[in-house]
Amino acid sequence: MGMRIDHDRSRFKEIVRGRIRQNLRKYVTHGEMIGRKGRDLVSIPIPQLDVPHFRYGKNGAGGVGQGEGEEGDVLGGQGEGGAGAAGSEPGGHILEVEVSLDELAAILGDELHLPRIEPKGQANISQEKAKYNSIRRVGPESLRHFKRTYVEAMRRQISTGEYNPSNPNVVPTRDDRRYRSWSTVSEPEANAAIVYMMDVSGSMTDEQKEIVRTEAFWIDTWLKSQYDGVETRYIIHDAVAREVDEHTFYHTRESGGTRISSAYRVAVELMESQFPVENWNLYCFQFSDGDNWGEDNNQSLALLRERILPKVNLFCYGQVDSPYGSGEYLKALEGAFGEERENLVLSEIADKDGIYESIQEFLGSGK
Amino acid sequence: MASIINTSLTPEMADIQAQMESRARNHGLDFFPTVFELVDADQLNQVAAYGGFPTRYPHWRFGMEYEQLAKGYVYGLQKIYELVINNDPCFAYLMRSNELTDQKLVMAHVYGHCDFFKNNAYFAHTNRKMIDTMANHGQRIRTYMDRFGVEEVEVFIDWCLSIEDLIDIHAPAIKRRADVPRRFSTDENETHDEGSSRFDSKQYMDRFINPPETMRRESDERQRLRKESQAAVGPMPSEPERDVMLFLMEHAPLQPWQADVLSIIRDEAYYFAPQAQTKIMNEGWASYWHSTIMTTQGLTASDLICYCDHHSGTLASSPTRLNPYKLGIELMRDIEERWDRGQFGKEWDDCDDWETKQRWDRATGLGREKIFEVRRIHNDLTFIDEFLTLDFCRRYKLFKFGWNEDLDAYEIESKAFPQVKAQLLANLTNRGRPQIAVRDANYRNRGELLLENYYEGVELDAKYAADTLTNLFALWKRPVHIETVLEDDRVVLSYDGIDHERTDIGDDALVRS
Repeated sequence: MGMRIDHDRSRFKEIVRGRIRQNLRKYVTHGEMIGRKGRDLVSIPIPQLDVPHFRYGKNGAGGVGQGEGEEGDVLGGQGEGGAGAAGSEPGGHILEVEVSLDELAAILGDELHLPRIEPKGQANISQEKAKYNSIRRVGPESLRHFKRTYVEAMRRQISTGEYNPSNPNVVPTRDDRRYRSWSTVSEPEANAAIVYMMDVSGSMTDEQKEIVRTEAFWIDTWLKSQYDGVETRYIIHDAVAREVDEHTFYHTRESGGTRISSAYRVAVELMESQFPVENWNLYCFQFSDGDNWGEDNNQSLALLRERILPKVNLFCYGQVDSPYGSGEYLKALEGAFGEERENLVLSEIADKDGIYESIQEFLGSGK
Repeated sequence: MASIINTSLTPEMADIQAQMESRARNHGLDFFPTVFELVDADQLNQVAAYGGFPTRYPHWRFGMEYEQLAKGYVYGLQKIYELVINNDPCFAYLMRSNELTDQKLVMAHVYGHCDFFKNNAYFAHTNRKMIDTMANHGQRIRTYMDRFGVEEVEVFIDWCLSIEDLIDIHAPAIKRRADVPRRFSTDENETHDEGSSRFDSKQYMDRFINPPETMRRESDERQRLRKESQAAVGPMPSEPERDVMLFLMEHAPLQPWQADVLSIIRDEAYYFAPQAQTKIMNEGWASYWHSTIMTTQGLTASDLICYCDHHSGTLASSPTRLNPYKLGIELMRDIEERWDRGQFGKEWDDCDDWETKQRWDRATGLGREKIFEVRRIHNDLTFIDEFLTLDFCRRYKLFKFGWNEDLDAYEIESKAFPQVKAQLLANLTNRGRPQIAVRDANYRNRGELLLENYYEGVELDAKYAADTLTNLFALWKRPVHIETVLEDDRVVLSYDGIDHERTDIGDDALVRS
């Protein structure tokens, strides 16, 4: 039964990869599979292909739902077309289950074929850790190993003939007591710090911030699965830059000009003061619509080349397509660094569907 | 390799199955013999990917389905409990790793589905030997692939799938025109001599058995008739044709193998259509029976928690997604209760007093009988139309939601009963898909194809429509058009093989050219 599926499956995969049926590739969409993390729904990138057919547009579509709520209340999540969404498949029952963040990261890694990250040469960063991995005859009572103690007592009773199987009455004596004990091991520890920078000047709209938020969520999820401890810092900038908390990062909108160098300066200070390069794997992610004040480019590029790139594992620049932005900065970076950019990754994110591809570009290098 | 896997039930499960079957029969359920197959998750995902038919024709989209089901299962996002195939005998696939309680529940559920398949009027026309037929379809398409190339055939299947839902779902019940016999052959050179009185004969006897003069006379006569009938043809089609696939089969310039592939896709579309038309009823009916059988007879003390957990999980609904299981089972129960208490008929309808209505009980006891009748004659659309009441709508807090462009989100638009019901009926009409028919096959007198979309307040997705036209063009091989409404204007969308075009035609209905 069903061995044929392998053939159909590989054909599908080849279409997705664009090896055959190139014309179908434009129908590939992502993110149809929905996982649930706590109260948030998280979509997992699984490619899908849709054969075009006549169907209703989204805007006119409505449906019938069930539950509490008054007229005018907004419904959370992207609804499906209500009862009309009933499929034509035979009665299969589908159950949605929760996934943990770790699992999500594993799924993401699988889907995008992300390589495991090798922490850069910092095996010498180690931390002393106590590991409870041995047993001693002496120790504090709080560490007494009950099972071992009773086994010991029983062994003694059996060997001395005191043990009566029909009335097993095992009483440990002082000598029988066993205690857990530890040894100190030094373990290499890998810590990472992520610095996010975003342009919040007038030309970045909510839609673009949504893209940045989604992308940052996945980057966080992935890096957290790769390192023991991950610290995150957020910097926003227009013509001046400052460090902010996560909420402010995503919800601020300023107007005015754009000086990317200001953000770089704050990032450099931050890294030098809090995350010395000897102890940390550093990651910088910069999102912008590509606008920069013309004269600022030289300063920015110099900062990047001299003070940031030598420190970080990876510097990723994601340029979000915007109706207002010029998109010049990406070209400036390409021009300045050419092909020899070892730990600099550039990516253009056209829309929401571009997010996964961009994550792949950012994290696909395994740095 | 797969055939060595034993898919028969374990002795313990076989006992349970026999019990469940006799309980279902005692309740009056009437089903085809049902074959249970016990399979592991991966096999179940494979079968489900093929829509329940492991022997189906090869196509990438089944691979895609499998990919999703398999990943969803491995990642712990979803799992399929069971799969039932409308066939005689019915086939039901159970997942090996399910707990015994689940298996009991699922078996009771399966008998509900089987009874529904056998007795519901909308399934009456479906092919009960579909498993064999699907295997034949698979074989035919594989033969074409061997002969004309996988690529060629698969591309053609994609085109056909684009118009897969353009069938006339009421055709099995309404005879709109006389049957046109049509035979397909893989041999391009074969000609049909329909109406000829030629007998089979050995060559040396031929001119005695089939005298040449008679043959010639008959042949002339046939040609005369054909010419006459062609001259008499008025507009094509004479009535708008909802079965676009059939229309293309008969009139598009297709190779015999292509017409055959199209007919296969169409047959399968007709086979699956009733399942989409009766989703709420079918699931409601099956859930009603698993619940009835389990709670009155099937449950042991140790099953209780697991049963409750999974039963309520199946019936859970979310604000933006009406659960067909929930709606179906509650409506069935509501009908049963109303007919048990005599809450129907003129007297009930005329009664205005809330108090009286609350206490209304004529002890008619017709509930069971009524729901059996309902499962026989209704589909989702008529079911909701007939039985969704104001009381029900309030009790289950149904509301109508819609897309609010300003908020970029769905919002609750109305909780008023007439609106809710109208919305639900609109969603169920034509299985929630746009109604489209062929209006003119000789549009602008240039042999171009004009489709018409019956606009009912919801516009087509323009991007999808354009891509669909591209595929339709590939089948018709002449420019194709669809008349519809976009942004409140009547427009004709066209594709001529090179460019997509959009023509506003104002308020005037198109004049047939």
